[in-house]
Amino acid sequence: MKALLVAESRQGKLLPSSYETLTFAQSLGADCAIFLVGSPNSLPAFAGTVYLADVAEAGEYRPKVHKQLLLQTIAKEQPDLIVFSHSSYGWDLAPRVAASLKAPQISEVIGLADGGYLVPVCNAKLRRTVQATGPVTIVTLQAGAFSPTDLPTGTPQVETLAVPGGGSVEFLGFEAAEAGGVDLSKAEVIVSAGRGIGKPENLAIIESLAKALHGEYGASRPVVDSGWAPHNRQVGSTGQTVAPKLYVACGISGAIQHLAGMKKSEFIVAINTDKDAPIGEVADVLVVGDLKAVIPALVEKLANR
Amino acid sequence: MKILVCVKQVPDLESKFRLNAAGTWYSDQDLAWRMNEYDEFAVEQAVQLKEQTGGELVVLCLGPERVREPIKKALAMGADRGVHLQDEQSHEKDPFAVASAIAAYARAENFDVIFTGMQSQDRGSAQVGLILAELLGIDAVSTIVGFVYGDGAVTVRRELEGGQKAIIKVRLPALFTCQLGLNTPRYPTLPNIMKAKKKDLAILPAAAPASLSSTVKVAYPEKKGGALVLEGDAASLAEQLIGILKTKTTVLN
Ligand SMILES: Cc1cc2nc3c(=O)[nH]c(=O)nc-3n(C[C@H](O)[C@H](O)[C@H](O)COP(=O)(O)OP(=O)(O)OC[C@H]3O[C@@H](n4cnc5c(N)ncnc54)[C@H](O)[C@@H]3O)c2cc1C
Ligand SMILES: Nc1ncnc2c1ncn2[C@@H]1O[C@H](COP(=O)(O)O)[C@@H](O)[C@H]1O
Repeated sequence: MKALLVAESRQGKLLPSSYETLTFAQSLGADCAIFLVGSPNSLPAFAGTVYLADVAEAGEYRPKVHKQLLLQTIAKEQPDLIVFSHSSYGWDLAPRVAASLKAPQISEVIGLADGGYLVPVCNAKLRRTVQATGPVTIVTLQAGAFSPTDLPTGTPQVETLAVPGGGSVEFLGFEAAEAGGVDLSKAEVIVSAGRGIGKPENLAIIESLAKALHGEYGASRPVVDSGWAPHNRQVGSTGQTVAPKLYVACGISGAIQHLAGMKKSEFIVAINTDKDAPIGEVADVLVVGDLKAVIPALVEKLANR
Repeated sequence: MKILVCVKQVPDLESKFRLNAAGTWYSDQDLAWRMNEYDEFAVEQAVQLKEQTGGELVVLCLGPERVREPIKKALAMGADRGVHLQDEQSHEKDPFAVASAIAAYARAENFDVIFTGMQSQDRGSAQVGLILAELLGIDAVSTIVGFVYGDGAVTVRRELEGGQKAIIKVRLPALFTCQLGLNTPRYPTLPNIMKAKKKDLAILPAAAPASLSSTVKVAYPEKKGGALVLEGDAASLAEQLIGILKTKTTVLN
C-alpha cells in the first residue's frame, strides 16, 4: 500500500502533529511520501520523498493553490491512501481534494477495525466502522490518536513543486489569540464550568469551589462563547492546555476538543448529571449529580474541615 | 443578495443512545431532536447578512419528515422560505452524497452566499459545506468566527488551533462554514414563530447520488477509563469525594 501524508506548517514552521500521519501509515505497513506546503528550512525528519511547495509562494491560506499542488502530487505518486490531520488545515483541504477526485473521505479516524476505519459519533458516545469504495481513500486523523512513540529521524529527498497562480481568496494576516489575564497552566487546581451550569449566575458556584480548593476557575468553550467567562479562562484545543494536580470538570460533557486541553491533568474529577458523559473516559472519579447541589455541599464540608 | 443556509437536524447529545436493529446507526426512536448547534450560528449570520443587504434567504435541510422542525425554526429566526429535500434514509448518505444532493438543488439557484455549519454534531465529518462549494465551483472558507460584508467582498476571521486566527478576504459568490461563537443566535419570538407558519416550505425529493463510503457497524466504545462512579445524595457525594481527594491527591494537605 502507498500512502501520501499531508504535513503542515504554520508561519514557516513544521507542525510536530504532522508525524502522527506517519505513525498511522507505518502501522498499516504503507510506503510513504510526504506532501508539505512549508519552508525548506523546516522539513520533517523522514527518510523518503518530501514534495515541497514553498509557503512563501503558495501562501499560508490559498486553498485553491494548495489543492492544485496536492492534486499534482497525487497524480505523480498514485497513492492508495491520503492522510491528513483532522486540524484546521486538514479539515479544510481534505474535502476539497476528495471532491476533486470523487474519492471517499473519512474524518477523525481513531483506529482500524473490521476491515474499516473507526470514527467517533455523537460526541464519542458511539463509534462507527466506515468502509470506503474506490481506488483511493482520504482520511483525517483525530489529533493525538496516533502520537509517535519514538523521535522521528532521517533526511528527506526533496522534490520541489512549481507553485501555480490562481484563487481569489486573499490571506490578510494572522491575529494572535487573546492573551493576558490568568495563566491557567500555572494553577495547581482548576475547577471548570461547562454548559451544565445552565446560566451565567451559576458561575459563582464554580468560583466558590475553586476558591475553597485554592485554585483557579476555568471554562469550556460554550461558557466563553456565551460571554459568561472571558476567553483567557477557556480550556481546550482553541484555549489553554493545562495539567494541574486536580482538575474538576463541572457540567462538561467531555468533547475531544475540551479533553485536548486537560486530559494530562494528574487527577480528574467530573461532576455530571449524565452517567454516560464521555468525560467519564478520562476522569478518575465521576460524581453523578447536579452540580448545583453537589458543589455547595462540597464547599461547606471543605470549610468545616 | 441571494443567500442559502443549510441546516441539519441532530439528536440531543445528552440522550441515551440505542442502536438500530441492523447495528448500523443509532436508533431514531425516543430521541429529542434539535438543530445542529453549528448551524444556529450559520442561520444567524445569514439573517444578519440579509438584514444588511436585502434579498432572499433560503433555508434547506435534507432528511426525513421530522427535519421540517429545524427548517421552521430558521424561518422563525428570519429566513424567507424553506426547502425540504425529503429522504427517509438520509443517515445512510455519506457527506459526498449529501453535498451532491444539495448541489443538485442549489446549482440552478445561483446563490451569492452559502452558509453551513462547520460540522454536524452527530457525524462530525466537517465535509458537506466544502464539498458543496467544490461541486458548485465557488470559493469557500471554513471555520469562521467573524464575518463582515462590504462592496461585494467578505472579510472573515478563520479560527486556527490555540485561538489564533487568520484574516481572509474573499469575493462572492462564496461558501462559509460557521464555527461556534461566530455570533449570538437569536431566539425565535412567538410572533415570528406564528409568521413562519405562513412562509413557503417546498418539499422536494432528494437526488440520490451514490455514497463513496458506508457505515458497516455502530457500537458503544469499550470503556477504557476506569473512573470510579459515585452516586447518592449531595452530602454523601461530597463526603466521599473529600475522602478520595485526601488519599489520592495532595491538594487538601
Ligand atoms: C474546532 C473546534 C474547537 C473547539 N475548541 C474547544 C475548546 O478549546 N474548549 C472547549 O471546551 N470546547 C471546544 N470546542 C467545542 C466542543 O466540541 C464542545 O462543543 C464543548 O466542549 C462542549 O462544552 P460543554 O461540555 O460545556 O457543553 P455540553 O457538551 O453541552 O455538555 C454539558 C454537560 O453538562 C451536563 N449537565 C447538564 N446539567 C447539569 C447539572 N445541573 N449538573 C451537572 N452536569 C450537568 C450534561 O450532562 C452535559 O454532559 C471546539 C469545537 C471545535 C469544532
Ligand atoms: N442532511 C443535511 N441537510 C442540510 N445540511 C446538512 C446536512 N448534513 C450536513 N449539512 C450541512 O453541512 C454541515 C457539515 O456537516 P458534516 O459534514 O456532516 O459535519 C452541517 O453543519 C450542515 O450545515
